Amino acid sequence: MLFKKRTYATIQLPKTKEPFVQTEADPISRGEVIPEGDFHKCPNCGEIFYAEILKTTEGVCQKCGQHLRLGARERIAQITDVFDEFHMRMEETNPLDFPGYEKKLASYRERSQEEEGVITGVAEIAEQRCILAVMDAGFMMGSMGSVVGEKITLAVERAKAEDLPLIIFCASGGARMQEGIYSLMQMAKISLAIEAFSKAGGLYISVLTDPTTGGVTASFAMQGDLIVAEPGTLIGFAGRRVIEQTIRQILPEGFQRAEFLLEKGFVDRIVPRNEMKETLSGILRLHGGIR
Amino acid sequence: MKEKMKRLERELKRLEALQADGIDVSEAIDKRKLELKALKVDFPMDAWDRVIKARDAKRPVASQYIESLVEGFMEFHGDRRFGDDPALIGGVGWIGDTAFTILGQEKGVGTKERVKRNFGMLNPEGYRKAQRLMKQAEKFQRPILCLVDTPGAFCGLGAEERGQGQAIAESLTIMAGLEVPVITIVIGEGGSGGALAMSVSDEVWMMENSIYSILSPEGFASILWKDSSKAQEASEVMKITAQDLESFGMVDRVVKEPEEFSIETLPSVIESIREMIVETAAAYQALPVEALLKKRYEKFRAMGKVSEKEGME
Repeated sequence: MLFKKRTYATIQLPKTKEPFVQTEADPISRGEVIPEGDFHKCPNCGEIFYAEILKTTEGVCQKCGQHLRLGARERIAQITDVFDEFHMRMEETNPLDFPGYEKKLASYRERSQEEEGVITGVAEIAEQRCILAVMDAGFMMGSMGSVVGEKITLAVERAKAEDLPLIIFCASGGARMQEGIYSLMQMAKISLAIEAFSKAGGLYISVLTDPTTGGVTASFAMQGDLIVAEPGTLIGFAGRRVIEQTIRQILPEGFQRAEFLLEKGFVDRIVPRNEMKETLSGILRLHGGIR
Repeated sequence: MKEKMKRLERELKRLEALQADGIDVSEAIDKRKLELKALKVDFPMDAWDRVIKARDAKRPVASQYIESLVEGFMEFHGDRRFGDDPALIGGVGWIGDTAFTILGQEKGVGTKERVKRNFGMLNPEGYRKAQRLMKQAEKFQRPILCLVDTPGAFCGLGAEERGQGQAIAESLTIMAGLEVPVITIVIGEGGSGGALAMSVSDEVWMMENSIYSILSPEGFASILWKDSSKAQEASEVMKITAQDLESFGMVDRVVKEPEEFSIETLPSVIESIREMIVETAAAYQALPVEALLKKRYEKFRAMGKVSEKEGME
């Protein structure tokens, strides 16, 4: 019944590149997202740019090629021509009655002006219709709780019901600790939906963006028919610190980066940001039978 | 001390019932509440007691369950891709008159064996061995029994190189589509994705003093409070006991344990579940495949279900 209800608004996104500005406090100080203001320092090479210049380069450092983290809205503006969002307002949950969780959620909502860590909708990418889910690493580390799990599951189910291809941009620090076992079960819930979609012949493209880790890596990030990644993306199951503590060794340079996973055979292609839209529309056309 | 706490709790319940009936016993209630609170500070946390029991070295491990439960068990090795993971025992044997595929996460007994079994922490090849044997069970129409006992999937350099995340993801996919019944019993620790990779099942049972969680209480405390010594506190707020999970509808059955649960008392437990395992598997096997898959889908679909807010801005 949820599919029939038209409870989403239509946003007509401009064809020209929108300036993408994120105003959240800490990710900026950590150098992870593009700040509002005059200057910005690349977290990789330390080069200082005018923020205005970064905006014209889709958030990629022109000196070293580092792909800075993007908010979900900016990402959607970059790759889609039309985007109809759905399930914009889900009930918040605190299934374990975890102390302080509601307050924490509220503060993220206030700062980001988003309800949760994923945005889902129907998109058009170069005239190809698809279901699109974009996670936001800026919202509570992109962690997966019940709302994120439910929104992604609904997106997969909708792709199956409407016989549309599915694209998920992953960006996640892993499980939403405050939701405990409920967070873990989202991995199972989404996997079941993706398997049913896959059996029905649906195409699922998983796009890995910085960072894709933990429970998201151990479920839908790695379940795509095709898996593409942005250059330099951190992709892994366990965190670097945990592994170093376990094996008592320092991990080599480039470990768990997209290029490493490509070499090991876990990623189909590495796609720079300025080629992402073209690549996705190309894949969609190849599977849709339209040249 | 536990006895005293239980007695106080009983009295409190009775007094509160009286209070509700309009008899003023608030003084007596407050007195007991204070006493309980003080006791809980000194002797806290039921959940933590269960964590300790779940990890107890004397607690039966998967190989002992298999020994006691399965007749004519034949172990099969290897993932056909990289190697054979000793942390996962896989094979086929008889439970009653039914041939089952049995997969057990094995912690091992004794230090040497525990090291060999990597303390029940699987590498990707362990999950891939499980996948291979699951697909085989499907081919030959055998029900599957999984025994879960792991602190979590192994976190190492090689595990990452060989795609630990992908291996678990693949296990979830395969279990989602399995056309034979799967029963999982969490016998000790159900640690995170490493446990879930063998638990997308038609029925999930837990032993009375087992735990199932997103992360170890130590890891949880370290991530959220930057202090792994607060594990005890974490175990309480995380809601990880069999009883918690049963109340969430995530666990179908909690299996009673004897007071002292060890290899000596294991046979009585096995006798209490043998018939149940066979009957449960038979009941699911009797369903048409579409109905089986639909039931499994709906079971997990309901977990953490969220509805839309009324109205739009």
